[in-house]
Amino acid sequence: MFSFQPEVLFHLGSFKITNTLIDTLLIDVVLITLCVIITKNIKIIPGIFQNSVEMVIQMFYEITESVAQEKAKKIFPYFMSFFIFILLANWSGLLPGVNSIGFFEDGKLVPILRSATSDLNTTLGLALVSALATHTMSIKTVGLKDYISRYFSFNPMNLFIGFLEIISEMTKIISLSFRLFGNIFAGEVVLITVSSIFAFLFPLPFLFLEVIVGFVQALVFSMLTMSFMAILTTPHHDTAANANSGKY
Amino acid sequence: MNFSISGGLIIALGGILPALAIGLIGSKAMEAIGRNPESSGRILPAMLLSMAFAEAIAIYSLILAFLK
Repeated sequence: MFSFQPEVLFHLGSFKITNTLIDTLLIDVVLITLCVIITKNIKIIPGIFQNSVEMVIQMFYEITESVAQEKAKKIFPYFMSFFIFILLANWSGLLPGVNSIGFFEDGKLVPILRSATSDLNTTLGLALVSALATHTMSIKTVGLKDYISRYFSFNPMNLFIGFLEIISEMTKIISLSFRLFGNIFAGEVVLITVSSIFAFLFPLPFLFLEVIVGFVQALVFSMLTMSFMAILTTPHHDTAANANSGKY
Repeated sequence: MNFSISGGLIIALGGILPALAIGLIGSKAMEAIGRNPESSGRILPAMLLSMAFAEAIAIYSLILAFLK
């Protein structure tokens, strides 16, 4: 009924420009502008804007520290970047004009802007970046030998566990991308359906629900990324050796 | 407007157990907060995270229902 695929607006050579891609670029412009504005006017005694941003960043840094104690400095940039980008992408579908202003093609409306994370390509890309960053950080932190020993081992029991770990890495990527995509896409469908029934005052509770869902899904994606990074950067051989030697 | 029975069945069956799971998570969290009201600041984020996990399964079946 509602197309899973984003609608192609025009082609640049053979590269298709879709409406979700334009939304992503818009979010990028907003984020980079905000960053430039804040860092150019940074003061020791902050104004209101800098104060609120510092408050938010401190709150999230404390959450990161409670999960990954001393590696929080490395993990926090990924956590915060994913969170801010996905939050703005989720909420951009609620702005007036997004998903409603467009042109007609074959009798169907092609909107000019569509929420960036309602496109499986975007969420799959985010999940792949998260997995790649986690594994790269793991190799850099604990070394190649310990990283390999988590998945391949000569002990047959650990070999089986390692095989399950490889499968769980694949399902992590799939579940991260589909969770975000499903929530935001279903929210879009609900909003379109409700607005087509009666467009004044009736969609208000659904809009409120979508605000909450967008925030929670951004938080879940980022916190999962952070937890996986914290897990994969703790050495693996320590836990196995300690468990076998009966230290506990 | 055309209705699809298979789509409705997919989401109806796929949403039973996640709804049950979310209810159980919520009830356990309420119990824990009731026993120790000071710890609600630590229980609440963990509860929200677990609910998002449980809801993800229902979302998977929702996607498949849209395809029908």
